[in-house]
Amino acid sequence: MPIANRPLSPHLQVYRLPLTALMSISHRGTGIALSAGTLYLVWQLLAAASGPDAYEIFQRFAGSWLGLLVLLGWSASLFYHLLNGIRHLVWDAGYGFSIEATTKANRLILIATVALTVVAWVAGIASWRS
Amino acid sequence: MAEKMRSPLGTAYGLGSAREGAKDWWSMRLSSLALIPLTVWFVVSVIGNIGADYETFAAWVGSPVPAILLVITIAVTFHHAAHGLQVVIEDYVHVEWQKLTLLIAVKFGCVLLAVAGIFAVARIAFGS
Repeated sequence: MPIANRPLSPHLQVYRLPLTALMSISHRGTGIALSAGTLYLVWQLLAAASGPDAYEIFQRFAGSWLGLLVLLGWSASLFYHLLNGIRHLVWDAGYGFSIEATTKANRLILIATVALTVVAWVAGIASWRS
Repeated sequence: MAEKMRSPLGTAYGLGSAREGAKDWWSMRLSSLALIPLTVWFVVSVIGNIGADYETFAAWVGSPVPAILLVITIAVTFHHAAHGLQVVIEDYVHVEWQKLTLLIAVKFGCVLLAVAGIFAVARIAFGS
C-alpha cells in the first residue's frame, strides 16, 4: 500500500479543532493539572500529620485568594476529568461513537461540569459558615 | 484489518506490538472505574471538612473509614496519575533522553508522593 493512502493527522496550525477534539485535549490538560494538584492534598495531609503549627500554615494558604483560586481550578478540573473519564469508559465499552451521541455528550459534560462545580462551592461555602 | 496500515519501511523495521499493551490498558480502565466512587466520596468529604480546625480534621483523617478510604484513594490516584502522565510524555516527547528522564521523574515522584500521603494518614491514625 502506498504511503499516500494512509490516513493523515490534521495540521494543527491551520485546522480549527472541533469541540470534540478540544474536549479530548482538555482531558489531558485537566489530568496534568490534577496531577499537580495532588501536591496540595499531600501537603494538607503531611501538615496535619506534623501538628497544629504546620496545619495552620496550610490553612492560611488554603483560605487566601490564591488558595481559593487553586481550589476552584482544582474542583472544576476534577469534575471535568471525572465526567469526561466516564464518557471515555463508555467509549471503551463500544458505545456512543456516532456524531449525534458525541455532540450530545459534549454538551452534557460541559453543563454538568459547571453545575457540579457551582453546587460543590455553594455547599462548601454553606458548610464553612456553619 | 483488511489493509495493512504500515509502510514497507515500517514493515522492514519490524517494530510493532510488544504484546503487553492490554495489561496496561486494563489497569488504567480499572483505576478509572475505582476512582469514580472514590472521587465522589472525596469531594463530599472535602466539602464536609471545609473550615475544620486542626483537631477536627485530624480526628476525621484518623477515624477508620476515612483513613482506609484515603489510603485507597491516594494509592489509586497516584497509580492513575503516573500512568496518565506516562502516556502524555510518550506521545509528545520524542527526544529519547528527555523522554526517559521525564518518565523516570514521573514514576519516582508519584511513588514518593503516594508513600508520603499514606504515611501521613497512618501517622495521624496511629498517633506519632
